[in-house]
Amino acid sequence: MADLINLFIDDVAVSVPKGTLIVDAAKRADIDIPVFCYHPKLKPVGMCRMCLVQVGRVKLDRGTGQPVLDANGSPEIAYGPKLETSCTTPVEPGMRVITNTDLVKRAQKDVLEFLLTSHPLDCPICDKGGECPLQNLTLTYGPGVTRFDYADKQHLDKHYPLGELIFLDKERCIQCARCIRFQDEIADDHVLGFYERGRKMQIETMSTPGFDSKFSGNTTDICPVGALTTRDFRFRARPWEITNVPSICPHCPVGCNISLGTRRSAKGGGEWEILRVMPRQNEAVNEIWICDKGRFGHHYARSQARLQKPLIKKEGRLVEATWEEAFSLIADRFRAANGKAAGWLGDRVSNEDAWLFGKLFREGFNSAQLVNRPHVAGLDLVARYGVGVGTNLGNLGQGDVVFIVAGDVEETAPVHMLRLKAAVERGAKLIVANARETKMDRYAAISIQYQPGMDTQTVYSLLASVSNQQSAISSQVAKFAPSDNKIKAAGQLIAEAQNLIVMLGDERPYPVMVQGQYTDAGRALAQACANLVVATGHIGKANNGLLPLWPHNNTQGVYDMLSAQGAEALSGEVKALYLVGTDPIGEGQNLPPTDFVVVQELFLTPTAQQADVVLPALAWAERDGTFTNAERRVQRYYKALPPTGQAKADWEIFRLIAEKFGLKWSFFSAEGVMHEIAAQVAAYAGLDYVCLAETKEEWPPVGTSSDLYFGGTAYDNRGGVGAQTKSLFEINGRSELKWIEPPPPSGQSIEPRRLNRPGTLIDQSAIYEVRLRAAELVKIEA
Amino acid sequence: MLTEIFKGLSITLRELFKPPVTIQYPEIKRPVRQRFRGRHELRRYADGLERCIGCALCAAACPADAIYVEPAENTDAERYSPGERYAKTYEINMLRCIFCGYCEDACPTDAIVLTDVYELAADKRRDLIYTKDMLILPPPSGKPGTPQQVAEGSYPRSILPEGLVSEP
Repeated sequence: MADLINLFIDDVAVSVPKGTLIVDAAKRADIDIPVFCYHPKLKPVGMCRMCLVQVGRVKLDRGTGQPVLDANGSPEIAYGPKLETSCTTPVEPGMRVITNTDLVKRAQKDVLEFLLTSHPLDCPICDKGGECPLQNLTLTYGPGVTRFDYADKQHLDKHYPLGELIFLDKERCIQCARCIRFQDEIADDHVLGFYERGRKMQIETMSTPGFDSKFSGNTTDICPVGALTTRDFRFRARPWEITNVPSICPHCPVGCNISLGTRRSAKGGGEWEILRVMPRQNEAVNEIWICDKGRFGHHYARSQARLQKPLIKKEGRLVEATWEEAFSLIADRFRAANGKAAGWLGDRVSNEDAWLFGKLFREGFNSAQLVNRPHVAGLDLVARYGVGVGTNLGNLGQGDVVFIVAGDVEETAPVHMLRLKAAVERGAKLIVANARETKMDRYAAISIQYQPGMDTQTVYSLLASVSNQQSAISSQVAKFAPSDNKIKAAGQLIAEAQNLIVMLGDERPYPVMVQGQYTDAGRALAQACANLVVATGHIGKANNGLLPLWPHNNTQGVYDMLSAQGAEALSGEVKALYLVGTDPIGEGQNLPPTDFVVVQELFLTPTAQQADVVLPALAWAERDGTFTNAERRVQRYYKALPPTGQAKADWEIFRLIAEKFGLKWSFFSAEGVMHEIAAQVAAYAGLDYVCLAETKEEWPPVGTSSDLYFGGTAYDNRGGVGAQTKSLFEINGRSELKWIEPPPPSGQSIEPRRLNRPGTLIDQSAIYEVRLRAAELVKIEA
Repeated sequence: MLTEIFKGLSITLRELFKPPVTIQYPEIKRPVRQRFRGRHELRRYADGLERCIGCALCAAACPADAIYVEPAENTDAERYSPGERYAKTYEINMLRCIFCGYCEDACPTDAIVLTDVYELAADKRRDLIYTKDMLILPPPSGKPGTPQQVAEGSYPRSILPEGLVSEP
C-alpha cells in the first residue's frame, strides 16, 4: 500500500496504512491496549478512557516546518502533557507511543476503579461472566482494591426488557454506547439512546415496540459487560459449560457463519440442546453479525413436534412403522411406477442430500422428473453469470456499483444490508429500483421507483442508457431508451463502474406449475439482469455479476445438484411422488394427481398428512453437510446434536432406498458424497471437507484466544470459511445475450417475502412468535 | 528359648485386660474430626430462602466434574433465592466426588457446605446422584419452604446481608 506510516509503539517499529488508529496499530504489533467503548467495527468515541497512552510526536520547527533534530541527528520527540486516548488518535509519521509506563498503568487502574464504582460485581449470576471484557481487563489491568464504599453503589433496575427479546441490567451497564452505536452506525435502526446523565445514565429504547430492530441480538454480543442479555439464553448456562459447534445459518441465502452453543440440559430432559446461536467471524460473509431470525430461529431442531419414526398410511390413518417396512413399500411402489416417478425437493436440504436424491431418481427410479422448490426464475443464469470467485461485499468501495432490482435486501438477506450500507460509506454507489420504498433507498445514490410490474422494462431502460453498442439485442433494447433523468444518471453510474453487482430480487409473481411445466414469471427479469451484466462485461470477475436474493439457504446448491443430475420438468403421468422438505399443500398448492406419495420431513406438515409414507429426517444441527449461499460459497456445517428419535439424514435415507434397488453405493458419510460431487460437477471440482474446513486469520481479531477485550467466546472461526465455486462463465468463458420480451404488468397482487414471516420452521421458536405477529402484512402489485 | 516365648506371651496377657481400640461400627460411631469433609448440603437463609443462586462456580471449581447446575430466573411470585437467579437443577454425583471441598471454597453465598455425614453407600449407581431435593436443608422451623410468594422488589440482590458474613 502506498500510504504507509511508520511509527514506534513501545519501541517496536510498526508500519500501518494512513488513518489507522493507534489502538489498531498496536494490535497489529501484538501489543494490547485495553479498551471498552472502542470496537473495531464501530466508529471511535473515546468515552471510557480505558485506552489512555503516552503519545510523542515529532517536534516541528515553527519557522521552517521541518523536524527539529537532536544532538544525534534524529528528530526530537515532544510528549504531550497528558495522556491521550489511543482509540481516537490516528497514527502520524515518526510518532512514539508508550503503553506500559507507570503513568499509563496508573491511568488504567484509575479508570477501572471508576468504572467499577457502580458496577454491581454480581459476576456469579451474570451471563457474561467468563467471557466478559470488564472481568478480563479488571484482572489484567485493574487495581484489585477500590477506595469507594461498597454500600454507596448505585442501584438500578436489573430486569428491564428493552424489547421482547433483549433484557437490560441497568446497573451493570458501563455506558460505553457500543449498543447504541451498533444500532446507529451498522444496523441504521435508531432505536436506542441514553437517558439521564452522570451516574444515572441509562440505555433506553426509543421505539414502539421496544428495541424494534432485526439485528438486536448483536448488541448482546458486543456489550463488554453483561448488561444486555437475550431472552433465549438468559440464565441458561455459564459460557464455559457450553460446547460451541461451528454451523451455517439455515434460514436465508447469505449463509451466515454461526456457532451453536450446545449443552446437555435438564430442561430438555437430559438431551443435548442448542442454548444459544452466536455469529462466527467470517469477514467474507457475515463479519461478526447475524440477524435475529438466525439467532432465535433454531428451536425447530429440538421441537417436541418433530417426527420420530417412519409413518405408513393404513386404512386412512398414518401409523408408526419400521424403516424396513417403509423402505420395502417405497421400493415396491416406485418399481411399479416404472419410470413414472417424480421428485420435489425443497431448497433447505444440503448439497449432499440433493445430489443423492437426483442420483436415486436417475439410477433407481429411472426417472429425471425432478423439481426444486420453491421454483424461482434465473437459477441457471446465476449459475452462469453469478458473482465471480473472490467476491466480498466487504471489499466494495470507491468505483463499485451495486444495482438492486425488485427486492428488499433487508427483508430477504438482512446481513447483506449491513454490508452494503458499509460499502456505501466506503464510497460504493448503490442504485435501487423497486416498486415500493425499502430501507435500501436510504443508502441509494439513485433510487428508482417504477410502476408495479415494470421491473424488466426498467432494467432495459437502464441498459439502453448504459450503452448503444451493437449487440444481439441492441435493437430491442433501444426501444426502452429512457426519458427519465434518474435512469439516465443511473446508467451513467453503471457505465463508469469498475465493478458491478446486480442483486436480483424476486418481488414478482412466483412461477407456478401448470401441467407439469413452470410458468415463465420472473424469467424475463432474470434474463434482463443477466443481459445487463453480460452487455457491460461485468461477469467472471470478483465483485462482478449477479447476486440473487433467493428464498432459502441452499436454493442455489439444490439447483446446482439437480441440474448436474440432468433434472427435467414433469412430463406426463406421475404414478409415484417423492417430496423432501417441502410443503406445497401448506402453501395452498396442489400435488399432481398420483397414486403414491412419500414425504420426507421434520414435521407432520399438511402435505405429510396426505402422504402414504412419511419419513423422519434429521434437522441441520443433527448432521453434517454443506450449503451453497447466494454468492455460491460452499460452506460446511457440523453435527451439534444427537438425532431425534429414529430420524436419519436425508442422504442416508436415499442410500438405503437405493440398496433396495440393488444399487451398491459406498457412501458412509456426507463427506463421501461431497467427493463424488467434486468429481462430477464442474463448478464444485476440487472441493472436499478438508478444504472447506480451512480457516484463515481474520482482521479485526475478535474473540480469538489473544483477544481480551472485544469479548465473546464463539466468534473464533474454527469450522472453516468455505470456498466459492466458479460460475460457468469462469469455467467455459461462454456468454450470450438473449432477448425475452418484457411482459406487461400482471396486475396480480403478491406478498413480498419478509424476514419475519411465519413458516414451518420458524413457528417452532416460541420466543420469536411476537416478532412474527408484529411484522405487518404488505401486499404489492407486480 | 522358652524364656523368650513366655516373655512375648506375657505382653499378650497384659494387653488382654486393656480396653480395645477397635470400635463396633455401625453400633458405635466414632466422632469425626472438626474439619472432616463428608456429604454436601445446601443451606437456607433464616427466612427459608435458598442460599444457592445457581452460579455454577462450584461446578467450575470441581476437579472431578461431579456437579451439574442448571439455573433459572426467580420471580417475586415464585421466589427460591434472593436476586434474579436460582438453581433449578442441582445434582452432585457422589460416585465422582472426591470430597476436596473446592465447591465450598468457590461458593459466593456459603450455600454449599460439606457436612460430617459419611454413610453414603447405596445399591444402585443412580441413587448416588444426589439431587437438589436430597441436598437442601429443610426450612428453619416456622418458616416456609421455597418457592415463596414475596412482595414485589423485596429481594433485589443475590445475597442477603447475613450472607455477606462468612460463617463457620
